[in-house]
Amino acid sequence: MSYSLPSFLVVSSLLFCLGMYTVLTRRNAIGILMGIELVLNGAGLNFVAFSRFLEPSQTTNLLSGQVFTLFIIAVAAAEVAVALAIVLSLYSRMKTIDVEEFKQLQG
Amino acid sequence: MKDIIFNVFILVTIIPCFWVALSSNIVHAAFSLLITLFGIAGLYVLLGADFIGVVQVIVYIGGILVLIIFGVMMTQRGKLLPLSIQLPGKVFAAVLTGVILVALLLVATRSLWPVASVLGEPQPTSAAIGDLLLGKYLIPFEVASVLLLAALVGAVLIVRRSVRGE
Amino acid sequence: MAKLIDPQHMKSILWLIPCLPLAGAVINGLLGRRLPARLIHFIGCASVFMAFLVSVAGFFTLLGIEEPQQRLLIQSLYQWILTGSFSLEVAFRLDPLSMVLCLVVTGVGFLIHLYSVGYMAGDESQGRYFAYLNLFTFSMLLLVLGDNLLLMFVGWEGVGLCSYLLIGFWFTDLEKAQAGMKAFIVNRVGDFGFFVGLMLLFWTLFEGSNGTMTGLSFQQLREGIPLLGTARPILGVGVATWVALLFFFGATGKSAQIPLYIWLPDAMAGPTPVSAFIHAATMVTAGVYMIVRLNFLYVAAPVAMAVVAVVGGVTAFYAATIALTQNDIKRVLAYSTISQLGYMFLAVGVAAFSTGIFHLVTHAFFKALLFLGAGSVIHAVHSNDMQEMGGLKKYMPHTYLTFMAAYLAISGIPPLSGFMSKDEILWATFNSHLPVAGLGKALWALGLLTAGLTAFYMTRLVVLTFMGSFRGGSEKEKHLHESPSVMTLPLMALAVLSVAGGVIGLPAVTHLPNLLHDFLGPVLSSHGTSGHQAHAYGLEVLLMLISTGVAATGIYLGWLFYVKRPELPAKLAARFASLYQVLNEKYYVDEIYQALFVRPLLKLVALSGRFDLNTIDGAVNLSSRVTVKFAFLIGWEDLKIVDGAVNGLADIFKRWGAALRRLQTGRVQHYLYSVVLGIFLLSVAMIMF
Repeated sequence: MSYSLPSFLVVSSLLFCLGMYTVLTRRNAIGILMGIELVLNGAGLNFVAFSRFLEPSQTTNLLSGQVFTLFIIAVAAAEVAVALAIVLSLYSRMKTIDVEEFKQLQG
Repeated sequence: MKDIIFNVFILVTIIPCFWVALSSNIVHAAFSLLITLFGIAGLYVLLGADFIGVVQVIVYIGGILVLIIFGVMMTQRGKLLPLSIQLPGKVFAAVLTGVILVALLLVATRSLWPVASVLGEPQPTSAAIGDLLLGKYLIPFEVASVLLLAALVGAVLIVRRSVRGE
Repeated sequence: MAKLIDPQHMKSILWLIPCLPLAGAVINGLLGRRLPARLIHFIGCASVFMAFLVSVAGFFTLLGIEEPQQRLLIQSLYQWILTGSFSLEVAFRLDPLSMVLCLVVTGVGFLIHLYSVGYMAGDESQGRYFAYLNLFTFSMLLLVLGDNLLLMFVGWEGVGLCSYLLIGFWFTDLEKAQAGMKAFIVNRVGDFGFFVGLMLLFWTLFEGSNGTMTGLSFQQLREGIPLLGTARPILGVGVATWVALLFFFGATGKSAQIPLYIWLPDAMAGPTPVSAFIHAATMVTAGVYMIVRLNFLYVAAPVAMAVVAVVGGVTAFYAATIALTQNDIKRVLAYSTISQLGYMFLAVGVAAFSTGIFHLVTHAFFKALLFLGAGSVIHAVHSNDMQEMGGLKKYMPHTYLTFMAAYLAISGIPPLSGFMSKDEILWATFNSHLPVAGLGKALWALGLLTAGLTAFYMTRLVVLTFMGSFRGGSEKEKHLHESPSVMTLPLMALAVLSVAGGVIGLPAVTHLPNLLHDFLGPVLSSHGTSGHQAHAYGLEVLLMLISTGVAATGIYLGWLFYVKRPELPAKLAARFASLYQVLNEKYYVDEIYQALFVRPLLKLVALSGRFDLNTIDGAVNLSSRVTVKFAFLIGWEDLKIVDGAVNGLADIFKRWGAALRRLQTGRVQHYLYSVVLGIFLLSVAMIMF
């Protein structure tokens, strides 16, 4: 593939969809987390790619895209910390991290 | 030359990604994720985003991924479970994601993006990003810091409570 | 003078001066509980003594440099902050000004540490005490030696913290803990002003300099001050004046001036050596030091200077009047300290910077001595109330003699140190060129009156404490004793300094050099010497005679009131009952602050609490009550008329609910599916349309 915007978009689409597939098919809670990381990375890659390739203009600062990626990374860090805390806490209570086993919320 | 490097990084990014999605061993999946994240960091650098690339390596690989691997190791006691759901569910998920992928690829390749006609040389970005973070995006930046603090405290609280509950 | 020490060597060991006490603080703080008391004492005292020795070495090094303008040693330890062209270093600056302060802090500090050994003997947490005291010494030295404003601010905050820790040292006593908090909070108010001033200065300089300003060191500030003149005025007042006033507001907090002096009298709750060290000799003079250090800024802001002078003069008089009626020996001394600090601000306010420092030094000697003497008395009597003392002269001869030296010094009896410095201040005030005509003379008169009041209340204190017969009861009288020599030796050393300390600043009329003034000369703006240029010796002698006369009158009145005719004070108090009441209650300032600031704040808190309780909860309750009433009404109708229809409807919802309930599987995966399904539908819609 050539060094151009669509190539990056294709890569990020692949990342996004593989992440989504992982999220949908894993029974292991940590596996789901990994899928989420892939999805977030796909989005981040998109932002950076646009900030590189789009036409610069007076009104917008293209570096904003990179700033958004930074925020995504920050949010991901927070998310993983809390999610892993929940997973560990569940593990210590239920002795498993299989999401199929967690159905106490069933209506 | 640039295209070769670019394609190598794409492969480094995408191939382990399939392992993350398909592997039946959670440890393999975790290490594949590591390689993928490295590949993405490389893509960032190729895109002229040096700062983001470094942050990706430090935060994602140094922080998040290590956390995940820790999580994997700490929850591997007891009976080993199948990692994924049954086949019918997989097919359904594959169809769903396939349709979304097609839609995304169509958008990505067919759209007329307002692309810059001439690509400038990548400039160092750290200073400019610093300006943006402490200028235009000051409030989101501060909110993000509060979020991180809240996550930190929350994570400790959750785990502590469960430990005390035992 | 021959070069005793190579300046280069001295420069490389400057860091020892603050860091030796810091090391003492760390050792005593971490290991204090396990070390024997003797070792704690040794570490506490020795660390300060060694810092004193290094300071003395520094002093001789400075003297050894022939050219006065070259007397400046800067040791840069490391780069602290570096952003763009702006950099801050952790650097220590030894010039004549910081030298004088260093000698006072470490010298007087050492004597007080030594005294503490006796005073705190038997206390359970001596390790903590000496750790705090050493930490304070460190912070104070950091404040004094710091080469830039930010480092100075670190020390400034550090001494505030240590003051808080030491006032509340006996924190199990609620009143003492509260006194500590009061000091801390009032200081924070002042520090806020200081910090805003710092930011304003920083901002203006860096905005205006187009990148030529690269730091905040005092040298750079001195060069940058003209830029403040070109900056746009704020609310019609020049930036230099704003900055100077904001810094001075910080100084009123730390140095206990109007309006933020209220914490100092309460601060007497701490151990007496602490009062002597922190709340008389060193920390409270930080504000004076700061203004002298920034003299170039204040010279550029004449209005701020006038404000400093007026606040100083008024505080001096005001605090002296309160001291007249107090019965707690330490509180009298506390108000006296506030009053004397007022003198110092008066001096720097009229641009007599070296005179302000001179009074700072002599005051450190005699006020530390007064406090330590009072501590010795309290140690013997176990009470702060002067009405329970009296006649201690014969029980505590050493304390009495040394106390008398300090008493005569503060009262302004020539040729003791207090006379020299106070007289120089009055002389400088008399000769000052303040923006308002006649203000200098008015402040001079106020200062003179204060001198008389000082002599009066100090006489009262001495008479009530040492003269006459003991009033504390015969049981207590048996236990009266002189303090151990570890306490009286520092008293004697300070007494010698109080008596002879004046030689460093002899008045011009003696035709001998004013050593301190000449020593400090290179640091100060040339403008600051105006008080000494044209000498009218006749006038100076006349003023000296007047102030000596006033002091003598004060002492005579005190003697008359409390020795010759002891019934007189009560009569006067009865005659001017309301005035006496106002003085005795310290002008009700605490009550006014309580009513103006503290109570409204607490009210606001209570109000928002009540708003939550009454209004919001009330609204909720009201709506629920209305709903209940309404429901009754409907229910009655319901039963009779629409029951059947409603039941039918309910059945429908129930069945729907049962069906939808199955959607809530409680499984994460299923929820994720619904999310993805949503994306899927959106994608399909996007492709189709």
